[in-house]
Amino acid sequence: MAKNHPDRGQRGLPGGAPRYSAFALAKKAMNYHQDWQRAWRDPEPKAEYDAVIIGGGGHGLATAYYLAAVHGLTNIAVIEKGWIGGGNTGRNTTIIRSNYLWDESAAIYEHSMKLWEGMSQDLNFNVMFSQRGVLTIAHSEHELREMSRRVHAIRLNGIDSEILGPAEIKKFVPTINIDQSIRYPVMGGFLQRRGGTARHDAVAWGYARAADDLGVDIIQKCEVTGLRRQGRKIIGVETSRGFIKTKKVGCVVAGHSSVVAAMAGIRLPIASRPLQALVSEPIKPILDTVIMSNAVHMYISQSDKGEMVLGAGVDKYNSYAQRGSFPVPEHMLAAAVELFPVLSRLRMLRHWGGIVDTCPDASPIISKTDIEGLYFDCGWGTGGFKATPGSGHVFADLIANDRPNKIAAPYSLDRFRSGLLIDEHGAAGVAH
Amino acid sequence: MLIITCPFCGPRDEVEFACGGEAHIARPLADNEISDADFADYLFMRDNPKGLFLERWRHSAGCRRWFNVARDTVSNEIVEIYPMGSLPLKATAKTTYKTSWRRDTAAEKAATPSRSKAGGSK
Ligand SMILES: Cc1cc2nc3c(=O)[nH]c(=O)nc-3n(C[C@H](O)[C@H](O)[C@H](O)COP(=O)(O)OP(=O)(O)OC[C@H]3O[C@@H](n4cnc5c(N)ncnc54)[C@H](O)[C@@H]3O)c2cc1C
Ligand SMILES: [Zn+2]
Repeated sequence: MAKNHPDRGQRGLPGGAPRYSAFALAKKAMNYHQDWQRAWRDPEPKAEYDAVIIGGGGHGLATAYYLAAVHGLTNIAVIEKGWIGGGNTGRNTTIIRSNYLWDESAAIYEHSMKLWEGMSQDLNFNVMFSQRGVLTIAHSEHELREMSRRVHAIRLNGIDSEILGPAEIKKFVPTINIDQSIRYPVMGGFLQRRGGTARHDAVAWGYARAADDLGVDIIQKCEVTGLRRQGRKIIGVETSRGFIKTKKVGCVVAGHSSVVAAMAGIRLPIASRPLQALVSEPIKPILDTVIMSNAVHMYISQSDKGEMVLGAGVDKYNSYAQRGSFPVPEHMLAAAVELFPVLSRLRMLRHWGGIVDTCPDASPIISKTDIEGLYFDCGWGTGGFKATPGSGHVFADLIANDRPNKIAAPYSLDRFRSGLLIDEHGAAGVAH
Repeated sequence: MLIITCPFCGPRDEVEFACGGEAHIARPLADNEISDADFADYLFMRDNPKGLFLERWRHSAGCRRWFNVARDTVSNEIVEIYPMGSLPLKATAKTTYKTSWRRDTAAEKAATPSRSKAGGSK
């Protein structure tokens, strides 16, 4: 593990930024919190970098942080067209788990889970990682059987996973309705106790602050508009703030992957679709875990502020409009209210959509391309928040060494030519 | 929610329809003669533009017939609805068809001539 966590628990901020601590908090309180330092700089783009990461979501920022912290590449920039974390990173329902069926998936999601477990320490930033458990419920005999097969496969990979019956579920989640006469009766479920949630914005901010401290330039409000090549080699990126020279470009733009790929004439198997979520008005604590249902495309948890956080299935047609189609959350809410009758009188507070990059096998792409120096990390679709640290870690390794490590290798774009797909559709269901 | 005008039934709510994704992907009939990479263009690679997109829809809870739609993926505006097996007539949609990378793929080239051959031999 030491290798994966080069700095666990030991790092102040080596670049000199003061550490956050309970003591610092108390001290600043004396001054009404007026003089907190900026968490990261707002630099002008330099003319040239050793590497440029396009996309300031969690994955892009994590990539930059690990490039600097693990590989010593500090003359690099993250280029974000809006503000960091304003894409899917700041729009997701933050479910974190590593209970995937296939070995390749287990490897990357569990790698991620281990990084989550040390993240607040590593980054000196409280990402509010809460291992409150993720319970996926089954509504039919068939689903239950499929689930037990999955649980055994997951356990063989050394990942915690257990089956619960309806009575045990009722004990674990008292607000749930286990009446067998409802449209989607609870017939059982499987639980990963190490799963849970984290504060999405904090993940982006924590990586940004730690990367900035190591010298990484985080450039917001700067859109990449073109990729400049010389033959089959990348030589820089065109941006709304001018040309930036670089030999290595990592594209981590989620829903916009096909748009950026087209700038280099690269084809991807990706469809960009809206995924919607909503929160209720805040209420007293009633749910201290995460519940998912693949059959009804619903997942629910309660935020620390008390809002019920609910997510739906992905919309059925491509779109770049960050709002979805109304029937999708309507369908999800109908099922949610049956499962949790207590929700029926809650009012909705906010509702939004994010554009997710879905892949035919519901697995991501972490890959070189046939253009030298151009790399893609995308296709995380509806379920990539949980993978933020692991994805950034292996993608940084790919960019630094120009070859994928063991965890990243199966996720090459080549799998769509060789047929070696990692089909997580059945395994992940709604895939969060 | 979209209101889609089914060419057979008229305007209906989006919930009555299923979306079939990118239109005009012709299967390379001589698939044993093209490379795996070229076949992947047909099987997996997808046009995914931000802007006008040509796609197939089916009136699944109605007449169950397929048709093509030219829709803007940013504004959701439907620019043209036209029959299966034909190409769009509106200038913008025509340009979208012509400029898609798919028109240059070996997979598409392997589809067109053999398709007419297959048709002729029936
Ligand atoms: C409603 C919803 C619920 C979800 N729920 C979960 C969940 O519970 N659990 C889970 O694991 N995952 C979930 N996901 C998926 C998850 O949010 C994503 O897979 C993940 O956050 C992707 O992170 P990212 O950093 O790759 O993308 P993003 O955070 O989207 O970052 C990409 C960035 O690239 C920028 N960009 C794009 N084009 C350009 C350009 N040309 N120039 C410069 N910058 C550009 C964008 O502005 C954006 O900030 C959910 C997603 C949504 C929308
Ligand atoms: Zn019809």
